[in-house]
Amino acid sequence: MRSLKSAILSAAVALGLAGAAQASEAVHIPKQEWSHSGVFGTIDKASAQRGFQIYKEVCSTCHSAKLVPIRTLAGIGFNEDELKAIAAGYEVQAGPNDAGEMFMRPGIPADRFPSPFPNDNAARAANNGALPPDLSLMAKARVGGEDYLYAFLTGFEENPPEGVTLMPGMNYNKYFPGHQVGMPNILMPDGVTYADGTPATVQQQAHDVSTFLTFIAEPHMDARKQMGVKVILFLIVLAGLMYATKRKLWSTLH
Amino acid sequence: MAQAHAPQFKNPVVKWIDSRLPIFTMLDHEYNQYPMPRNVNYLWAFGAIAGIMLVIMIATGLVLAMQYAAHTTIAFDSVERIMRDVNYGWLLRYVHANGASMFFIAVYIHMFRGLYYGSYKAPREILWILGVLILLAMMATAFMGYVLPWGQMSFWGATVITNLFSAFPLVGDPIVTWLWGGFSVDNPTLNRFFALHFLLPFVLLGLVILHTAALHVSGSNNPLGIDAKGPQDTVPFNPYVTVKDGFAVVVFLIFYAAFVFFAPNYLGHPDNYIPANPLVTPAHIVPEWYFLPFYAILRAIPDKLGGVLAMFGAIAVLAALPWLDTSKVRSCKFRPIYRQFFWILAIDALVLGYAGAMPAEGVWLLVARIGTAYYFFHFLILLPLLGKLERPLPLPASICEPVLKGGGRVAAGAHAKPMEKA
Repeated sequence: MRSLKSAILSAAVALGLAGAAQASEAVHIPKQEWSHSGVFGTIDKASAQRGFQIYKEVCSTCHSAKLVPIRTLAGIGFNEDELKAIAAGYEVQAGPNDAGEMFMRPGIPADRFPSPFPNDNAARAANNGALPPDLSLMAKARVGGEDYLYAFLTGFEENPPEGVTLMPGMNYNKYFPGHQVGMPNILMPDGVTYADGTPATVQQQAHDVSTFLTFIAEPHMDARKQMGVKVILFLIVLAGLMYATKRKLWSTLH
Repeated sequence: MAQAHAPQFKNPVVKWIDSRLPIFTMLDHEYNQYPMPRNVNYLWAFGAIAGIMLVIMIATGLVLAMQYAAHTTIAFDSVERIMRDVNYGWLLRYVHANGASMFFIAVYIHMFRGLYYGSYKAPREILWILGVLILLAMMATAFMGYVLPWGQMSFWGATVITNLFSAFPLVGDPIVTWLWGGFSVDNPTLNRFFALHFLLPFVLLGLVILHTAALHVSGSNNPLGIDAKGPQDTVPFNPYVTVKDGFAVVVFLIFYAAFVFFAPNYLGHPDNYIPANPLVTPAHIVPEWYFLPFYAILRAIPDKLGGVLAMFGAIAVLAALPWLDTSKVRSCKFRPIYRQFFWILAIDALVLGYAGAMPAEGVWLLVARIGTAYYFFHFLILLPLLGKLERPLPLPASICEPVLKGGGRVAAGAHAKPMEKA
């Protein structure tokens, strides 16, 4: 048994190392409270809906979310009519028609969110050479996940610390690797007006949009965790039965 | 192998088939009556766990392959389509991706169990070497599988690892071009990696069947490292070990499910959720955790060719292990000095893993170098000498003697005759 424990311990240590190794290289990112963290956590739908508003009114002027179908938003509580209305708010390129020409039509929920620029070069040309990254997977594509997104969005500083010279067109951010980022500080107090009356502080906006980005990065997260609880409970019961059977069977040997 | 009695089948269809093609007799011998030493502990379950993992990987991989598109322009998006739009696609992919890690955990524990109890020694040398080949096939399969999502780590990992072959003089560069199917990691590379990633698990399966066949010739080792001398020392595989292994498998599945459902990306790297971009190199190119000790060895040697040879040597040395360990005593239980060095080796492997995750500079480079030197010292110098110098403790006369203090009742249903090797 001792060697078994050691073996399990070694495996756990090895796994811990893999995570520790990734975390150690970046600036310390403060942890935030998320309704979706933990085993039983679920996405805060109201917050994600507010986050969608920020994505729509602020982020999506420069950033795409091209892997995400609009219908995905059903997962944060929009009903079918609302989805159709949201989709119809976008112009989507379709075609070619019978005359062989591409044309624009109002979006439908099955469409993916249209990108603000036709291609990466156009995005760079409009943004001082910097490419605003796609947001579809942003919450999973950065060390620190949604905590990093929150820290980044609230981590801009008007004046860089002494000794730091910003390159032209760059902005200082405490949490961005290298600290110089092309994106400006975009969240302003009351920069958006929330329909549900929530005060739109910068922290609130950063929290809401990070929740939304977490949702679109992994729309099935709630379903995954809920299934996980059932699977693990089932396996624990099964393990108990297996162990009892094993004990009973092996007891006949002695 | 024990010469068990021929089973009598009641079912006329089974009887008819068996008299023409004795597969049922074979299964009965190998998985029903197969005598297991009665003193094996739960570490012996990791062979079964690894086998289950292979089956899970092939089953989920088959379904994923039906949805995946191996082309650089759409590979990344097709994986995201699996995650978002395919029914339970997220489940299949997370089971598969985390399954690779679980497979390695099971196999590494299985190997360290073999090291501790001397399972590689005569007459199990070929069994052990087949195991080393399984490890190699797993590594190749896992590496190519990690390339398929075509994220940043996929692309750059593939670039770094395939470039290793350029270290060989004269033939190096042509080999790399041949591996790539071009002059950089690109669509031909992705295509062939997908084809090979689909093929290799079946090679792996073949090796596993040979591994099991070789195991069933010599019989399983046990914590005492002495041969079973008769039915009093063994239990029939079914039901005793099936139930015991079954329990262990379920416990392992709980550990596995915790990752799949609650931390599915913990063992991955965030950079792999960024589509591959040949123009942007990630700050740190880090392989998956199960390659980290070997990656540390690779980087510890200042010379590129030397590093590559040391990395492959670290696995080759395992194949030579049955002849490097000169001690006749198998189990660490009776080798007080080797037992301590075993744990030092285990710690060394973990330290190398940690160093492999760190940037190869400063103190971590030094740690990796010391760890690498110790790794080879252990196998090439310590083990041959220790077998000659160490004075093993006295071995018990039989398995059942220390277990039951003077012989026990024969297991119900155990009809196996004494093992030939006894």
